[in-house]
Amino acid sequence: MPWSRIKPDTNEPEYLSQDMHGSATHAAVTSEPFLQHSPGIRRISYAEATNEALSQALSLDPRVFVMGQGVDDPSGMFGATRNLHLTYGRERVFDTPLAETALSGIAVGAALGGMRPVYFHNRPDFLLLAMDQLVNHAAKWHYMFGGAVSVPLVFWACVGRGWGSAAQHSQALQGLFMHVPGLKLIMPSTCFDAKGLMLSAIKDNNPVLIIDHRMNFKQRGIVPEEPYTVPIGKGVIRRNGRDVTVVAVSHLVTEAFVAAQELAGEGIEAEVIDPRTLRPLDEELILESVARTGRLVVCDTGWKTGGVTAEIAAMVAEKGFGSLKAPIARVANPDLPTPAGYTLEQAYYIGKDDIRRAIIRTVRGQEA
Amino acid sequence: MSLTAEAKRGLLRTMLRIRRVQERIESEYLKDEMKTPVHLYIGQEAIASGVCATLRTRDAINSNHRSHGHYLAKGGDLKAMMAELFCRSTGCSKGYGGSMHLVDVEHGNMGTSAIVGGGIPIGTGLGLAFQMQKLDRVSVVFFGDGAADEGTLYESLNYAMLKKLPVVYVMENNGWAVCSPTLTRQCGDNVFHKGAPDRLFSAKIDGNDPELVYETTFQAVERARKGEGPSFIECTTYRILGHAGCVAQDPKGYRDPAEIEAWRERCPVCAYQAKLVSEGVVDAQALAAAEAEIKAEIDAAFAFARQSPLPTAADLHQNLFCE
Ligand SMILES: Cc1ncc(C[n+]2csc(CCOP(=O)(O)OP(=O)(O)O)c2C)c(N)n1
Repeated sequence: MPWSRIKPDTNEPEYLSQDMHGSATHAAVTSEPFLQHSPGIRRISYAEATNEALSQALSLDPRVFVMGQGVDDPSGMFGATRNLHLTYGRERVFDTPLAETALSGIAVGAALGGMRPVYFHNRPDFLLLAMDQLVNHAAKWHYMFGGAVSVPLVFWACVGRGWGSAAQHSQALQGLFMHVPGLKLIMPSTCFDAKGLMLSAIKDNNPVLIIDHRMNFKQRGIVPEEPYTVPIGKGVIRRNGRDVTVVAVSHLVTEAFVAAQELAGEGIEAEVIDPRTLRPLDEELILESVARTGRLVVCDTGWKTGGVTAEIAAMVAEKGFGSLKAPIARVANPDLPTPAGYTLEQAYYIGKDDIRRAIIRTVRGQEA
Repeated sequence: MSLTAEAKRGLLRTMLRIRRVQERIESEYLKDEMKTPVHLYIGQEAIASGVCATLRTRDAINSNHRSHGHYLAKGGDLKAMMAELFCRSTGCSKGYGGSMHLVDVEHGNMGTSAIVGGGIPIGTGLGLAFQMQKLDRVSVVFFGDGAADEGTLYESLNYAMLKKLPVVYVMENNGWAVCSPTLTRQCGDNVFHKGAPDRLFSAKIDGNDPELVYETTFQAVERARKGEGPSFIECTTYRILGHAGCVAQDPKGYRDPAEIEAWRERCPVCAYQAKLVSEGVVDAQALAAAEAEIKAEIDAAFAFARQSPLPTAADLHQNLFCE
């Protein structure tokens, strides 16, 4: 399989906190390396973590069901849904026709009828066909009827990358969805959060979109066996630092963390924040960090213009301008469709080195 | 399935009530108190009335921008509807929805979409939820010929047939989508009414005949309750007034006045009333009493709406998310 060549399976970095108890600030002050060296802990893959969340939700709540193209096939959505149909039956874990527009509306209707659907799309690109139901319907249903009805619904999609996936199978469209009031938008980066945020999303009484990333699926991390939730709207500090705040989403958290570790040897201490939820965004956590560091680098897997980095930068410029000692830097993909060829791909995608350069520029005022 | 005299009177009463409410909205619309785009149901009353008469309170309906008739026929409260049209806090959607977004959870009206074709999959999903929970409930979707242009209908019908969902699709073919006649948008006489009979019970009927609408829907609903799957009923009818707003606001010149006249002659409310009088099911006295009751109800609903408080800026940020 090509994926093993794009990114080998790796353990998650030793983050400051995996926020086992949903308390980002607590982890930030104790600064103890978290659990990584404790005996008897369980390390599982990202797919297993997501799968476990779904399995627990299915067994705990008869209203929950899982739908989507290929959720019951042998690959089971990169493993996230693999074999769930064997345990819970195809009445509750079922394949769908290639009809994303109507099936999204059917999920909305099922939610209105008392169920809790979890609808898997293997790529955000296909969510564009679901846009009408997500944006025109699900996101508005509670507000538009003065609170009379609600739509407890989870949509999940996984950004592709590499191996020539090209322009229609690798789009990171979180910027589009972050724009929409009434949708909650989650982008996990650790196995622990993949499970806890999935369980939170299913429990939530509103439409929640989880945008995941194929890169995350190469991780192994520490995940407790029992069901637990990670709060929606709460970010976490993955690394403490005094010089610059780096906000990174999804698999870029790892990239930012590794860049920060490297720079520690060069006298720069970067604080790495993983917002985990883009909407609602944990503004307080970011502003509090920028108040200490005075500098901000924002990294996103999507496009730059009008996207996640633009929104977070604007939020800090608006609410934290007084703390800023340097211009805000943004690290995002160029405003282009994704090219297929691997030399072009290499030029297209941003990663650790781009983040590193942005950090140096922000802290020192120059790149060298 | 023959209707009792009582049931016939009920049908007429529902049609009459919808008609008089629509007429009152029309006649008062230029006062600019109802600051919301209204899509009146005049000419189509037999459909909502006939269909909803076959349903139970817990059955669901899903409707569209032209929703007043569906809302009322399913049991919706007139006061809450009028207050919504007056954008008041006492409206069924608390003034957040307006004329195109009526809701009435108690009677299975789970919210109305004004995106043409948008409600079709939602009504289908309600059917899926009822089936999964093994509830003895049916979901009815009302939509126009314009919505039959949309892909959601094709996708939803396929899914409903695949899963044998308890859904009844009621297409109100009123000949027009805004100013476009059906035959400029669809090749031939609607594509869907000839569905495979083993998978889709389908019928094309005179939508101005409330008893025929009732009887056909009754069969469809029975099938749905027995787990035999979805139905598609095309009801031919006519939108006697303009697409939106009141008569004075309807642009002239896009349709032949003779066509409108011909359909006015076939007014479903007048025709049904005449039929029931000739059958001796109602008499002039009973009709006058019904008219008086309806008028009093409408007066009270308009007064209620006018006296109700308006939402304020403090309400703006309420209800984005459900707790
Ligand atoms: C997706 C979408 N496209 C266009 C419109 C604008 N529009 C509103 S009502 C309407 C006509 C709908 O015709 P039909 O479904 O036949 O219903 P009718 O108005 O005849 O009752 C149109 C085009 C819309 N609301 N939604």
